[in-house]
Amino acid sequence: MTMFARRAALLAGFLFLYAPIALLVVYSFNASRLVTVWGGFSTRWYGALLANEQMLASAATSLKVAALSAALSTVLALMAAVALERFGRFGGRTLFVGALFAPIVMPEIVLGLSLLLVFVALDLPRGFWTVVAAHTTFSLGFATVAIRARLATLDRSLEEAAQDLGATPLAAFAHVAVPQLLPAIAGAYAMAFILSLDDLVIASFTSGPGSTTLPMRIYSQVRLGVSPEINAASTLLLAFGSLALGALAFVSWRRGEK
Amino acid sequence: MVERARRLGAGRRAILAAPYLWLVAFFLVPLALVFKISLSRSAIAQPPYVPTFDFGEGLSAILDKARTFGLDAYRGLFADPLYFEAYLTSLALAGLATAIAVAIAYPIALAIARSDKRLRPVLIGLAVAPFWTSFLIRVYAWIMILKDEGLFNRALMALGIIDAPLPILATNAAVTIGMVYSYLPFVVLPIYAALEAQDESLREAAADLGAAPLATFLTVTLPLSATGVVAGALLMFIPAVGEFVIPDLLGGSDTMMIGRVMWNDFFENRDWPAASAGAIVLIALLVGPIVWIERRRT
Repeated sequence: MTMFARRAALLAGFLFLYAPIALLVVYSFNASRLVTVWGGFSTRWYGALLANEQMLASAATSLKVAALSAALSTVLALMAAVALERFGRFGGRTLFVGALFAPIVMPEIVLGLSLLLVFVALDLPRGFWTVVAAHTTFSLGFATVAIRARLATLDRSLEEAAQDLGATPLAAFAHVAVPQLLPAIAGAYAMAFILSLDDLVIASFTSGPGSTTLPMRIYSQVRLGVSPEINAASTLLLAFGSLALGALAFVSWRRGEK
Repeated sequence: MVERARRLGAGRRAILAAPYLWLVAFFLVPLALVFKISLSRSAIAQPPYVPTFDFGEGLSAILDKARTFGLDAYRGLFADPLYFEAYLTSLALAGLATAIAVAIAYPIALAIARSDKRLRPVLIGLAVAPFWTSFLIRVYAWIMILKDEGLFNRALMALGIIDAPLPILATNAAVTIGMVYSYLPFVVLPIYAALEAQDESLREAAADLGAAPLATFLTVTLPLSATGVVAGALLMFIPAVGEFVIPDLLGGSDTMMIGRVMWNDFFENRDWPAASAGAIVLIALLVGPIVWIERRRT
């Protein structure tokens, strides 16, 4: 690849990926009610957004669901990663691996539908906790991939040394392996958090009245047409996601520097 | 040689049990239930289906009912042209979008893999970052761009290329664009990984033996990156076939992809057995090619 072709491919590729997002952000500061006609700079839609109580309540629900499901998912993922990396071939491993990673590629609609059927069959009222359980299942595979990759590169001899000095296997893992795994654990948490915050389909199937998430709220408004207020909500969501991603990149970069 | 499956100690069993039981309760049992309900009959009730068999009724009752197994939902699936067309449309649109995405992703991945070593993590990070922003919002952005009075049409009209806006939104073309855009990071990453792992000396050897750059690319680089291309294509194709948000927001009322039909059967027609049968056929359609590729590889 010549230097010119390389630069052209990168420029065109990044333009395609980022231009639509940039447009959305720019037009969220549009004074005009007509989304695609520029009427001057204004932050009025952010004001309208902050006065929209339904939107704020949904945002709060989404953040709570994301925080909880990501925490559950990360803990279970750490256990799953340890089992896959350290336990060798145990009985039922194939089924475990299949169930763990299938949700990564499975259409979300199938997962959402199947969970709804279980909640209905068990007569569980759908609401906040059913969405948390559904999102934990959905993000578990992603979180396990992130932690397992790091766990595979750890030097086992450090833990063995701790055990030779009298530590139990669990203590050796907690004091030697876990600190080294922290960036991967943080990454897994952030990944699960973002996946939950972003999900529309699974939440639509598993939530009940009073637990409408932000994507569900945005979706029902988007179906009625584009609006500057949705652009403002999108921009805030993008800013939030970028901050999380940026913090994560910074942490892993600092780790790499040391 | 196959290592014998080991029996785990009590501590290890406890660690494995937590995620395992979670997956059984929230993934395997639900899937089994989808299968069971796909064999049920739909009914105007709460929940809207009559179970074909119930494990509470004892073995003889189950065997009795098993003889009259309700394949109604599946029969309905094949008799109803809507479902058949929806599967075809889903496979065709997802296939087309995947092919276009591979064609766009390959040069990007190659350009990143051939960049300065220190720049590579930054560039691949930038290429993948949009995947971590809201999917719904990225699809929404394209409504703004593609609608009749949207930015694309206004730009073309301002340039004098067209006189009247092109109707792109609410067509299959918009759905294809939306899928390519949304899943592109998923395709770039595995192709980049395959290209980055290639040994540079192979290309040097080809050049030393007189191969032109294009010949080197076609006989060395491209075949060696085939696994990355296949992985990227599958990672996109499988979720794209069952996609709901993109056809719903960018497609027209006639863009009937299977995810949307299932959604409607579930929430609007309240025909849960039909939606469940639709899900089972979808899983079968998607697992088939994966197993086939795995077999061929080994």
